[in-house]
Formats: sequence, C-alpha cells, structure tokens
Amino acid sequence: MSETITTDVVIVGAGPAGLFAVFELGLLDIRAHLIDILPRAGGQCSELYPEKPIYDIPGFPIVTGQGLVDNLMKQIEPFHPTFHFGEMVEGLETLGTSEHPSFRVTTDAGKTFECKCVIVAAGGGSFQPKRPPIAGIDAYEGKSVFYAVRKMEDFRDKNVLIVGGGDSALDWTLNLHPVAKRITLVHRRDEFRGAPHSVNAMRELVAGGKMDLLIGQVGAIAGDNGQLKTATIKGNDGAAHEIACERMMPFFGLTMKLGPIANWGLNLHENLVPADTEKFETSTPGIFAIGDINAYPGKLKLILSGFHEGALAAQKVHRYVYPDKKLTFQYTTSSTNLQKKLGVN
Amino acid sequence: MAKITFVDSEGRSRTVDAENGSTVMETAIRNSIPEILAECGGACACATCHVYVDDAWTEKTGKASAMEEDMLDFAFEVQPNSRLSCQIKISDALDGLVVRTPGKQG
Ligand SMILES: Cc1cc2nc3c(=O)[nH]c(=O)nc-3n(C[C@H](O)[C@H](O)[C@H](O)COP(=O)(O)OP(=O)(O)OC[C@H]3O[C@@H](n4cnc5c(N)ncnc54)[C@H](O)[C@@H]3O)c2cc1C
Ligand code: FES
Repeated sequence: MSETITTDVVIVGAGPAGLFAVFELGLLDIRAHLIDILPRAGGQCSELYPEKPIYDIPGFPIVTGQGLVDNLMKQIEPFHPTFHFGEMVEGLETLGTSEHPSFRVTTDAGKTFECKCVIVAAGGGSFQPKRPPIAGIDAYEGKSVFYAVRKMEDFRDKNVLIVGGGDSALDWTLNLHPVAKRITLVHRRDEFRGAPHSVNAMRELVAGGKMDLLIGQVGAIAGDNGQLKTATIKGNDGAAHEIACERMMPFFGLTMKLGPIANWGLNLHENLVPADTEKFETSTPGIFAIGDINAYPGKLKLILSGFHEGALAAQKVHRYVYPDKKLTFQYTTSSTNLQKKLGVN
Repeated sequence: MAKITFVDSEGRSRTVDAENGSTVMETAIRNSIPEILAECGGACACATCHVYVDDAWTEKTGKASAMEEDMLDFAFEVQPNSRLSCQIKISDALDGLVVRTPGKQG
C-alpha cells in the first residue's frame, strides 16, 4: 500500500511561497513535489480571500487572491510539479548527514517520499476543519462524527445529522440523501450561502417530507463508545429537540493549526520556524522554511517576502542536489538556457 | 477615543482605550485581549473575532451586514447579539462599549 516516491525536493504547503519556489527550483533543474492538506493550490489566498484585491504584488497594481494563484500556477507549468492534495504531511525524518542531507517524508494518506531537501512553506499552519465546542465531541470524532466523507458506506442506513449552511453542508445533504436512512440538516438561520440550485434541491426534499431541516444549533450529543445516538438541537425559540442520529457532520469552515510541524525538531519559536536570512535554512541542514511559517529579524508576513525567500533557498538546495555542479547566475530575459527550460525558446 | 470593555468567557473584564476609526478587533489585538484570534486580519473571512455585544449597546453598534451574517455561520454558539468585531468601527458614539468574548473561536 505504501508507495515510495523519490524526488529532489518535497515542498510542504502549496500557498504562494511554495508555488513560486517550484519556479526558482525549476530554473535550476530541481524537481519538486508539493503536498497540501487543502484540495487545491493557493493557501490563504484561495482559502481566505479569493475575491479580494491585493495591491502590493510588484508589477501587479491589483490582482485578486485567486488571480494571483492562477498566474503562479501558469508560471510554474513548464516545470511539471506534482501536487498531492488533501494530504497532511505528518512525519519528517532525517536520513542523511549534514553534508549530504536526505529525508523521508510521510503523509496521512500513507505516501512516503524520499528527497534531498525539504522546503517547509506551511504558512500559518495546515487548514483544518473547525471543531464545534460541543462537550465530549472528541470521543466521537473519526468514529461517528466526521468532517469529511471518506467512505459513503459509513453512512448507509444511518440517521445523519449535518450542521452548516454553505456548499459543503448542502452538497453532503444531497449526496448522502440516497444512502442514509434519514438526513437532518441543522443551520442557525433559515438562509443558506450555498449555490442556489443546491438550496432549491434541499428545500424540495424538505417540502416532500424526505428529509428534515431544523433551524437552531447543536447543544449536546450523547452516545457510547464513540458511537453517537442522539443530539439535542436548541431552536432559536429556545426550545430543545432531541433527535436520533448515528452520524454527524459539522461544517464550520477551516482554521489554521500548526499541526505536525511541531514534531519535526525545528526549534520552533512561538509556532514559527527560525531560519537564516542568507538561504532560509532551518537549524537542520537541508530543511528550509519560507513564507509565513518562518521567523528571522525583520520578517514581514508578505507574499513578496515568501517569493524572495524561495529564490534564495533554491540556490542552496542546488548545492545539495548537484554538489559537483557550479551555479552560474543567469537572467530569464537573456539566457537561452533558462528560456529552453521555460519552453519559450 | 473610546473606552471599550472586553469580558472574557470566565467573566474577567479588561477596559482599554480605542482609537476612532479603528475596529473593535484591532483594539483587542493591540491590547492582547484573549479569546480574539482574528486569523484573517479583519477581512471578514474567518469568523475568529466573534463577540457578543452587551444588550445595552446592540442598537449603537447596529446590525451585521449580509456578508458578516454569512461569515457568522462559521462561528459557534451564535446569538442575536453576535457580531464579528472586525466589522465594528469605533467612534465617540461607542465610548463605554461592552463586548463579551466566547470561550472558543476556532
Ligand atoms: C485576508 C488576508 C489578506 C491578505 N492580504 C495580503 C496582501 O495584500 N499582501 C500580501 O503580501 N499578503 C497578504 N496576506 C498574507 C498572505 O496571504 C500570506 O503572507 C501568504 O498567503 C503566505 O503564503 P505561504 O505560502 O507562506 O503560506 P499559506 O498561504 O498559509 O499556505 C500554506 C499552506 O500550507 C499548508 N500546510 C501547512 N502545514 C501542512 C502540513 N503539515 N501538511 C499539508 N499541508 C500543510 C496549508 O494547508 C496551506 O495551504 C493576506 C492574508 C489574509 C488572510
Ligand atoms: S478577523 Fe477574520 S472575520 Fe474578523
């Protein structure tokens, strides 16, 4: 089941810093795989502010969060990076020496990577589902309370409680409806942010008596051995209803949590990874930290800084990946060699 | 200038000075008020700056905009006096404002 992928560099995080690092590495003939827990590239830009304008990207008087990410994806296309989305990087193990570093990186999806260098571009940490403050919920997580559907079969013939008012809540209401015994959707108000056709489809099911919609919030849950049995819904009128449910899916969006990085021996300081300012290397030779996750005197958490850091880190990575090759400084404007790599010559 | 009082989920209260034109969230961060995370830095994109406005003040702070209501869907234990503190602008009219912070934001 566990496949081992061998590559030059593993980049943890596909936010703007990780994406641009692919470009700088690519110009130096260094291949990279990127891993992100999110289902798509772009980090904070795509997740938190896709439609909002950014005004301080050099050369772009105005660009939206998603617009910037789309352009970065286009810019790195010539280097064919491999993306592994929806996977959390959990383990980082040192295999080599400080002169000849190499690492083993493992993900929660069971993948193993062996690489010469690791670039930690993890931003504010991994995006993880928000866990509602319901007493005792942790005992049910992964057994009967889920934040994502891994197997539809887990929901067959169950009473399923879905909480939330956006696309995730509505999509899973509609997708699980044919499989589940009965679906109850709970939302704090009778207005939904999801796509209008999903809202309509849900309302039709409710009108036809095929599912239940309750306006209110989940107050408490009960069950045993991690198996949910009932939930108490507090209506906005103050009344409490108890409903039978064997499965619950809360959708309250995502939050950034540092996650497994804390266990990688990187001498974290206030949840940030200290790095030098010459090559943005961490206390472990061969592991680099760029973008919002790093810390050094004068650090600014700007996209601009992440780009600069990636360019300098790539120079040192080259020394590890090609110890015998000398690096000559070149411009993309004038170097036919670089232009060939970019596929423009 | 306005004085703002933050009461945390354990009932401890802290009163700080706030500048006109800034937001309640910015004031909280500047004064290291606990229980306000403000992950998105005030872009109305994270709902981790959720507060309960004291009933005596809800009229002065006004109602949440449609965008803010949408974002409040991501907050926990939302009540009729729930607001995102990055969306409350400070003015002299809010001198004395009292807000409570929830035990859990993210
Ligand atoms: C609302 C808002 C507005 C902003 N406006 C501007 C602006 O105008 N100009 C500007 O320069 N900056 C702005 N910023 C800041 C900018 O977005 C960040 O500086 C930038 O996103 C940092 O990029 P990054 O690649 O370092 O990290 P991120 O964008 O945070 O990406 C990191 C990625 O790593 C992933 N990750 C972390 N740990 C793991 C793990 N263990 N396994 C798998 N994946 C992991 C995360 O899921 C995430 O996708 C703004 C930020 C916000 C929130
Ligand atoms: S700071 Fe993110 S919504 Fe207020």
